[in-house]
Amino acid sequence: MSEREVGVGRAADIPKELLLDWYRQMVLIRKFEQSCSEQYQLGKIGGFLHLYIGQEAVAVGSIAAKQEGDHLITAYRDHAHALAVGSDVGACMAELLGKVTGLSKGRGGSMHLADVPRRYWGGYAVVGGHLPLGAGIALSEQYKGTDNAVLCYMGDGSTNIGYFHESLNMSGVWNLPIVWIVENNQYGMGTSVDRASAAPDMATKAKGYAMESRQVDGMSVCDVYAATLDALDRVRAGEGPQFLELITYRFEGHSMGDPLRYRGKDEVVRWREDDPIGILERRLVEKEGCTREELDAIDDNVEEVMAAAVKFADESPFPDLDSLYDNIYAS
Amino acid sequence: MAKKRITMRQAISDALREEMLRDENVFIMGEEIGVWGGTYAVTRGFYDEFGEKRVRDTPISEMAIAGAATGAAMNGLRPVAEFMTINFAFVAFDAIVNHAAKVHYMFGGQIKCPVVFRAPGGGGRQLGATHSHTPDIIFAHFPGLRVVAPGTPYDAKGMLKAAIRSDDPVMFIEHHTLYQVRGEVPEGEYIVPLDKADVKREGSDVTIVTYGEGLRISMEAAEELAKEGISAEVVDLRCLQPLDMEPAIKSFKKTFRAVVVEEGHGTYGIGAEVVAQLQEHAFDYIDSPIKRVAQKQVPLPYSRALEQSALINKERVIAAVKEVL
Repeated sequence: MSEREVGVGRAADIPKELLLDWYRQMVLIRKFEQSCSEQYQLGKIGGFLHLYIGQEAVAVGSIAAKQEGDHLITAYRDHAHALAVGSDVGACMAELLGKVTGLSKGRGGSMHLADVPRRYWGGYAVVGGHLPLGAGIALSEQYKGTDNAVLCYMGDGSTNIGYFHESLNMSGVWNLPIVWIVENNQYGMGTSVDRASAAPDMATKAKGYAMESRQVDGMSVCDVYAATLDALDRVRAGEGPQFLELITYRFEGHSMGDPLRYRGKDEVVRWREDDPIGILERRLVEKEGCTREELDAIDDNVEEVMAAAVKFADESPFPDLDSLYDNIYAS
Repeated sequence: MAKKRITMRQAISDALREEMLRDENVFIMGEEIGVWGGTYAVTRGFYDEFGEKRVRDTPISEMAIAGAATGAAMNGLRPVAEFMTINFAFVAFDAIVNHAAKVHYMFGGQIKCPVVFRAPGGGGRQLGATHSHTPDIIFAHFPGLRVVAPGTPYDAKGMLKAAIRSDDPVMFIEHHTLYQVRGEVPEGEYIVPLDKADVKREGSDVTIVTYGEGLRISMEAAEELAKEGISAEVVDLRCLQPLDMEPAIKSFKKTFRAVVVEEGHGTYGIGAEVVAQLQEHAFDYIDSPIKRVAQKQVPLPYSRALEQSALINKERVIAAVKEVL
């Protein structure tokens, strides 16, 4: 994996309390996704379910770098972003179970979580479809004259769809306050980047729109944080849209029921050695003097939060059938 | 209220300008709308008056135009995005149908999306198969999107103002042959609702249900029919989604006979929907089979007479009326 190019100093200076909070968030995401897997096997979650396991450092590190007014928007692998902005864990799980207490009142499901009061505009399930939405949100902040920016996440696969090219181009032409974040987890469903992209190097693609791509170790929450902070600083300094490529890996399949024919077991084992939670854990123990007990206490607390969330979701009612037509039109 | 006779082009331009003066959050974006002044000259002078922040020339990127306008609307602005022609809106279909039309419902009401897509279109100008579509029904298929297609300058101005002020995404369809049509428009402020059909001519023998370019043709046909002593009532749907069928049903219960006129292809068209609803709600009033007048089932050809032969016209409407009488 290539060395990070920016934010080295900042990555080294992060206070222990912040690191512990990131650890808690990453464990929460991991447990949440494991719990989703169980709920799916029980038949309580329907539709498609895409887990974030392995990519936790990306959502947590980048969202930690945003200021209060900044926005985020992503694709369908979207649970982690909701949890990282602090959405109610029970409301997230309730949405997945189709309950009326869910973030989107049971209308969206796993692929369409949003928490607009927290400026999380949601998960969008048509690859690339949310990129121009992100550009539009950035345009609205520029229009209003604020210094708020947008973090727009996408998978590597979305860099091949028309939306990507039109949106990056438009963001450059209009100098929009947006950070394009490619979560490069090596595969668009089962097709590897080099089998899907004529220019598999993301830097080449970014350069086509006059942006410099910064490649970051997406398994290191500290590196992700530092790179995102730097990108947001550049946006706020008026340098225009920024482009980050976060090198990461999903430990599970694309979605539930993925036969995983496209990658070898040894490849997965190799990447699991770079488990983002493990990397942070080692830093906490070796450099910050944390004890195993301290971390265990966090793990236990997350287990309790998860149990309460599942209980809340389970016990929540389904939407009334006569609410079917609610919210088709706003006026 | 004082009135003036202006073209539909002027009515649309006036509505845009007045709304931009009224509300700082209204802005326009699209291909060649700024420096060029709009390919149909609807926004001529806007760039100089409002500047490039509010009159935004875009790259030729319909997916990004529709998507970015949607995103800006989600975060509180009121963009009016122009597709140079509705044919290019096909490129942006996903952004319109999957996002603009869905975000309010799909996220449980958390998001409002007050975007307007202006889309000029229609056949009859020898632009060949790709540039002559009247695909209104395709957009009208989806709940969540409001789809309107005014047929007079008065409606165009009042409905565009309503569309800009609406908290919903609105597809505002303008038929390009109507831009030159003149009509009376009041000098002052008025609004035409986005969910009400309108009786444009009263009559007692037959009901013609139509909208847009079909309205212009149907009004001319009704005029001719009157000379022959046939009294046609013309109902202008104006709003295709949500569709207001009340005036058409009420009229049909009076005349017992109907013709539906639309410029788009007839198969699975507006007429199909109107006929289905008439038989559902007024079955006992049907005195003769309801006829549809629509574009023939061919890609529109370039050659003038050939193109015209595939489109709706006054003669076809008159013939259909005589068949149902």
